[in-house]
Amino acid sequence: MQKVLTGKCIVIGDNIDTDQIYPGRFLAITDPKEIGSHCLCGVSEDIAGNFPQGGFVVAGRNFGCGSSREHAPIALLNMGAVAVLADSFARIFFRNAVNLGLLPVICKGINQHVKAGQTLTLDLEKGTVKIDETGEEFACEKLGDQAMKILEAGGIKPLMRAKFAK
Amino acid sequence: MHAIEKILMKNSGLTEIHTGEIVSAKIDFAEINDLYLQTVYSFYEMGGRNVWDNTRCAFVFDHYAPCPDIKSAQNHQAMREFAQKNNLKYHFDTNTGVCHQVMPEAGLVYPGMILVATDSHTTTHGAFGAMGTGCGATDMATILMTGELWFRVPEIIEVRLEGQAPKGVFPKDVILAVLGKIRADGAVYKAIDFTGSYVESLGVAGRMTVCNMAVEMGAKTAYMQPNQEVLDYVGKRAVRPFEVQFTDKGYKYSESHVFDVSSLEPELACPSSVENVHTLASVIAQGEVKLNQGYIGSCTGGRVEDIAAAAKILKGRHIPEYTRLVVIPASREVMLECITRGYIADLMEAGATISTPGCGACLGAHEGILAPGEVCITSTNRNFPGRMGSTEALMYLASPATVAASMVYGKITDPREFL
Repeated sequence: MQKVLTGKCIVIGDNIDTDQIYPGRFLAITDPKEIGSHCLCGVSEDIAGNFPQGGFVVAGRNFGCGSSREHAPIALLNMGAVAVLADSFARIFFRNAVNLGLLPVICKGINQHVKAGQTLTLDLEKGTVKIDETGEEFACEKLGDQAMKILEAGGIKPLMRAKFAK
Repeated sequence: MHAIEKILMKNSGLTEIHTGEIVSAKIDFAEINDLYLQTVYSFYEMGGRNVWDNTRCAFVFDHYAPCPDIKSAQNHQAMREFAQKNNLKYHFDTNTGVCHQVMPEAGLVYPGMILVATDSHTTTHGAFGAMGTGCGATDMATILMTGELWFRVPEIIEVRLEGQAPKGVFPKDVILAVLGKIRADGAVYKAIDFTGSYVESLGVAGRMTVCNMAVEMGAKTAYMQPNQEVLDYVGKRAVRPFEVQFTDKGYKYSESHVFDVSSLEPELACPSSVENVHTLASVIAQGEVKLNQGYIGSCTGGRVEDIAAAAKILKGRHIPEYTRLVVIPASREVMLECITRGYIADLMEAGATISTPGCGACLGAHEGILAPGEVCITSTNRNFPGRMGSTEALMYLASPATVAASMVYGKITDPREFL
């Protein structure tokens, strides 16, 4: 997997719950692309259609709180996000993200410094996020061994497929 | 050691266990609700053929019971096919109710077990001395294939609830007060053990309400040491023999919070965050809050005790014109008992709309969706923007008694006026 990622970002606030990421009225949808088109519509209807591909979502504390819906990381990935950088994550969202290969990176205070549209470089091995335009660099927490094992395999699905093919 | 650690240790086949350690634990029961056809997709994508044990997993069709549209009907159809193909011993179709009510009723929840469900409110089952936790669809698919899931052994927070609740203060008010202090992320990745004299004397329904909302503080799981009422409940129903686990004397919690329940008042979580908790009196003092809808139901506030509290207040009264009260019993068993006791008739005569047991309006899928600008008071668990429909609707979380009292006048009202 790529250990250094660069992309543009959007910036949102604290306690962005799964109803704002992916509202209940769309839960019967199973097509990933269609799921992605509704991503974050509880925050603003304009986000999904304009999201910078390969970019980052920058948020505050407790991102992904609420429901266990896996639609949340599916929506973020299919909207074109590769990582969410936040002060903290809700537990089930964190697990779901790792399982599907979306990077949930704890980077405390980052949403106070970054502006929407700036380009960020995330270095997973160094544990840093840099704002390319200003050169400012922030420390982020490294992902744990269990999460890295799953992410290195490309998510839980390839990992399980390999295990069960044996 | 804590009881939760003992449960995790036993199911992991280990002889010791440490906070922060990653363990792989056997799952005693796995439940998939009807939002997550992705579970079936992930199961096949990962090479699954048959579930690991057809007596230890089940579907509960609760969020779309009965189906409001073609898509959800197709999802149910595909899930039924999967359940039949795997010859699942238990199946709960659209005639049963909310998973967290239906599973204990069916004897599938008991002390000392690990229950995982594709629903965040699986913390509810701490009420029975079980370790219940929610997961996503693909984690669930790995359980269906292997019977196991990895866990990080959590830090455990003690929330000690002491004293008797004053008149008008229900278990929902107690957990809202706790939530207001610990906040929406105060227990992320941690477990909450509810202790103290209030918990020791609390019945099954109240325990379930309190543990249910532990997840609104981010908790991985909740726990309450089973009392006699719990043991009587599971003793009559449990489908397997079980072993109650106990926390060792002198166990050191990662943090402790003490609440004097006797000094609490009716509480509200105001729009649009579960942690925006204020006393009912302080909200009323700021001015009248007019309501368009009241909702009594869900895994948080749809049990017999909840509907009884509402019926007692609304019997012989009527909700105002141009308001509506939706009441959805949490399960068929709950609904039948409420019919027998006359609560359903009382509520219907008061103007309530009664609907099929299930999640109902709680998550904005159907049966009580809010229009922009509308205001709702509800006995459910979340008031996030858009949770029950429009992102421009406002929701207040309250006890079923407060919802009922508020529907007498169509504005937020103190239930103590009627008790």
